[in-house]
Amino acid sequence: MIVNIIGTWIAAGLTIAILSFLYKDNPLYKFAEHLYVGVSAGFGVIYVWAFDLKPMLIDRFIENQGVERWILLVPAVLGLLMLSRWFGKIGYLSRLPLAFTVGIGAGLGITASIQGFLLPQIQATLLPLTTINNIILVVGVITTILYFYFSRDFKGPFKYLLELGIIFIMVSFGASFGYTVMARISLLIGRIFFLLSDWLRII
Amino acid sequence: MRNQLPLIIVFATGLLVIVTFFIPHEPFGSLEQRFLVWYSIVAGFTMLLGLDSLVRYHLIKIRDRRSGWGYSLVLLSGLFVTLILGFYSWARYQSPFKLGSPFMYLYSYVIIPLQATMFALLAFFIASAAYRAFRARTTAATLLLVSAVLVMLGRVPLGGWLWQKIVSLIDLLPGTNLSGLKGLEVFARISDWIMDVPQTAAKRGIYIGIVLGGIAMSLRIILGIERSYTSGS
Repeated sequence: MIVNIIGTWIAAGLTIAILSFLYKDNPLYKFAEHLYVGVSAGFGVIYVWAFDLKPMLIDRFIENQGVERWILLVPAVLGLLMLSRWFGKIGYLSRLPLAFTVGIGAGLGITASIQGFLLPQIQATLLPLTTINNIILVVGVITTILYFYFSRDFKGPFKYLLELGIIFIMVSFGASFGYTVMARISLLIGRIFFLLSDWLRII
Repeated sequence: MRNQLPLIIVFATGLLVIVTFFIPHEPFGSLEQRFLVWYSIVAGFTMLLGLDSLVRYHLIKIRDRRSGWGYSLVLLSGLFVTLILGFYSWARYQSPFKLGSPFMYLYSYVIIPLQATMFALLAFFIASAAYRAFRARTTAATLLLVSAVLVMLGRVPLGGWLWQKIVSLIDLLPGTNLSGLKGLEVFARISDWIMDVPQTAAKRGIYIGIVLGGIAMSLRIILGIERSYTSGS
């Protein structure tokens, strides 16, 4: 279809425009960069409207009855108060919805993170020291945590624990780095393949 | 009161979220879920604040003909075309995310290529950063280098090929026969082991530290010790 062919040409042009940054910062790249920011912001607005405000506020307000309906005015008013920043004199009112979101975040920061992350991670570390891998895992977790314990200066034999912690941290960072490089290279291969296959039809 | 009311709201909501966790019965039972919905709604409104800030900044830049104002025009055009296509697709197809709608066309042929190429570009900068970080000058840098190289070798066909060449070279020595080891994919196994054991150990240690720090900060916020969020506006 002609529409798809035009789309492929647009996509190829934008891909080359971004890749042109490898030569140097140039108007073509800046054009693509600004376009990216603009369309991403537009996409974000549509996404928030489609998956957040409309189903959670508008649709529920229309469908629900009684208390369940009118209680939705609370988040709606809080949301509108957030926009009070536009009006200088009453701008301080935006602190109220902000406080609400911070409060929920702080509450969840305690309960959800303990239940959903801290306890499962500790549980997964409480392993029988019967295999080399289990020993390495347990020692690695403990020494890494000790490395970030800044309240006490480790001296004497304890400092070797910190050195062991550094070894684990460096191996981990190296592995994460290698993994990230592979992901980026795979994306690059994807874009080159798109140019050679979908656009130029060479391969 | 202007300063006290936000602190009271933070204390009350924070405490209620914690209480609902320990008392999963009405009226507290569904409160956490309800609060999460409200949280999403309020967060949705903040998108308007961000949009206003973006549009205002670039409109002023265009009005004053500041350096690069043409790019601001491109940005705003991209923004409004996306919004128009989004709401048009909504009206026409009942959802902007329906395959074949103009909005999805824009997503497939503009947003995806731009996003993927932008991230692919990082491959080159990562390579240049790697050159600086991986020079084996200290033990720590050497460890970083070795683990990164092993993980990369384990995830590309080159690793398998290299292992076969190593085995073939050793086989050239008199009295050795290691041809059975050729199919072992040693680099892939080493890479998996690094990811599963030492990497997991350090990552877990770091994450546990982050969560403990997060809990301490949450407590400070709920108890009103940490008040930085009340500044501004």
